[in-house]
Amino acid sequence: MAEKKHSIWVFGDYRNYFQNRVTLQLLSRANDLAKMIDAEVCATVFGHEVDEWVGEYIAHGASKVYVCDHPALTFYSTDIYVVLMERLVRQYGPEIILVGATSFGREFAPRLAKRLKTGLTADCVGLDINDEGLLVQTAPAFGGSLLTRIVTPEKRPQMATVRPGVFQEIPHNYQAAGEIVNVPLPDDLPGDRIRLVSSERQAAREQKLGDASVVVCGGRGMGSRKKFRNLYELARVLGGEVGATRPVVYAKWADEDALVGQADKHISPKVLFSFGISGAIQHTAGIKNAGFIIAVNKNPNAAMMKMADVAIVADAGQVCTALIRELKKRIRS
Amino acid sequence: MLKMIVCMKQVPMVSDLPWDPITGTLTRGAAEGMMNPACKHALEAALLLKEKHDGHITAITMGPPSAEEILREAIALGADRCLMVSDPKMAGADTLATSFTLARAIEIFCPDFDLILCGCHTSDSETAQVGPQLSEELDIPSIASVESLELREKTLRITRVSDHFLETLEMDLPGLVTIATGRFIPRYASMAGLGDAFQDPGILTVGARDLGLDEHDVGLKGSATRILDIFTPVGRKENIVLTGAPKKIVEELFERFDDAIGSVIRKDLKAEK
Repeated sequence: MAEKKHSIWVFGDYRNYFQNRVTLQLLSRANDLAKMIDAEVCATVFGHEVDEWVGEYIAHGASKVYVCDHPALTFYSTDIYVVLMERLVRQYGPEIILVGATSFGREFAPRLAKRLKTGLTADCVGLDINDEGLLVQTAPAFGGSLLTRIVTPEKRPQMATVRPGVFQEIPHNYQAAGEIVNVPLPDDLPGDRIRLVSSERQAAREQKLGDASVVVCGGRGMGSRKKFRNLYELARVLGGEVGATRPVVYAKWADEDALVGQADKHISPKVLFSFGISGAIQHTAGIKNAGFIIAVNKNPNAAMMKMADVAIVADAGQVCTALIRELKKRIRS
Repeated sequence: MLKMIVCMKQVPMVSDLPWDPITGTLTRGAAEGMMNPACKHALEAALLLKEKHDGHITAITMGPPSAEEILREAIALGADRCLMVSDPKMAGADTLATSFTLARAIEIFCPDFDLILCGCHTSDSETAQVGPQLSEELDIPSIASVESLELREKTLRITRVSDHFLETLEMDLPGLVTIATGRFIPRYASMAGLGDAFQDPGILTVGARDLGLDEHDVGLKGSATRILDIFTPVGRKENIVLTGAPKKIVEELFERFDDAIGSVIRKDLKAEK
């Protein structure tokens, strides 16, 4: 096969592999993009005893994998990974680097971009190649109410972090073959300015709200703690989860676990009921991936009402009660 | 004495945003501003450390002259000193140019810091990149999205949740943290405090030349990225408005959207015939 002109790299983020498919999704999109700019798709894997992931990435579309396998890399370390990646990039000169917008990716990619003095677009929801062969990166701003299209015209590589769930992974192909490039661990790694004391996998609890297909969210407009409790009954009837705004959590109407909003928790239900929520940006940022939105508020001009599919102008508490009653009537086991 | 820097940004409060159609950047002068919510949490974390460890806080912002308001607010809340980095040449900076400019300002005006605190991200561009990039630029360690922090001598012990791992880390100072919005609930400034802060003349304002930078280093010219355009996502919602008595509304909701809701909860929501 003829040598490709460029390469597109995908950072192999294998932690939480079974929940976090973003690396596979990026390998898939990288393959589409590679056809448009004559590039080969490469993955990087840093860690210890990582053969499994190397195989997975090849099976999902990487034609080359740069592997650094060493006991010193047993735990993810931003400091070390940034140095390793910077050296590889300087050595091989990829045209594009894609990183999943996980917690790790969103800390790792900015620091790598800074060292390489190149541009980086955060949390992309679209990637394309334009007529000039530039990577066009579509990223949300203002809680997803606007999208911006961004390019890095001159600096290389072009870098983006990409939100999980945007692209579809290529089905696993056992026949796929790929080249493995073993990279030695440099012996002049930075000192341990940051030391890991402990790292514990968290219980699955946190994912419940994030994965729910129906979420019932309540804000201060529910009126009282007592009325807020009705949302739990509604959620039960709908088979969904309850989310809450920050003021509600502060007022102890709901647990901290239920908080929906920027950085704290992003939810992506297919149906979202929103009760008595004005729609402050901190909250709406957390629901930008929601599907069908039904909002209830006395104020028809509330931001939350404007972004809803159905905006119900009424008392949130009363509508909640009416919904529970009507649903129980309609759901026949 | 623990010398801290809190980096903060003024963000627009409104959702109708005045964009410059030519550069694709926000016409900041035209949007009413507030302190970015996450920056308030970072300031709160700094204030708690200050109370415990005899600290000193310098609040820094980069932005148009109107951003001075958030520095005044920071003073009212307990910051000791402010630095305003403002220059028309700095407009349109991406995170690379912003972190570069902030780093130069810090090196010149507060080089002997122990700890820099930033919000974990802004509510407008939401990149979460400036904090980590600033630490690279200053060659200091950094930890993002910190939920608790405790100072022991010259070491900071922090906890955070990263991709479902609860991590406890130790970082040598000087260093940088970005603060998650969950734990540090911002205090309110008293009206009297706010009034005093707006009388306080002591805000140092510096421009590109004071930092020894030329126009190619900062703002749009110093940025690696370019915004092609800004648009509203396609497939805008129909936004159907229902009014009336709750019972009637709920009936109408199910008449019209029984399939949309029923298919998700896997129940037949059609009314009994």
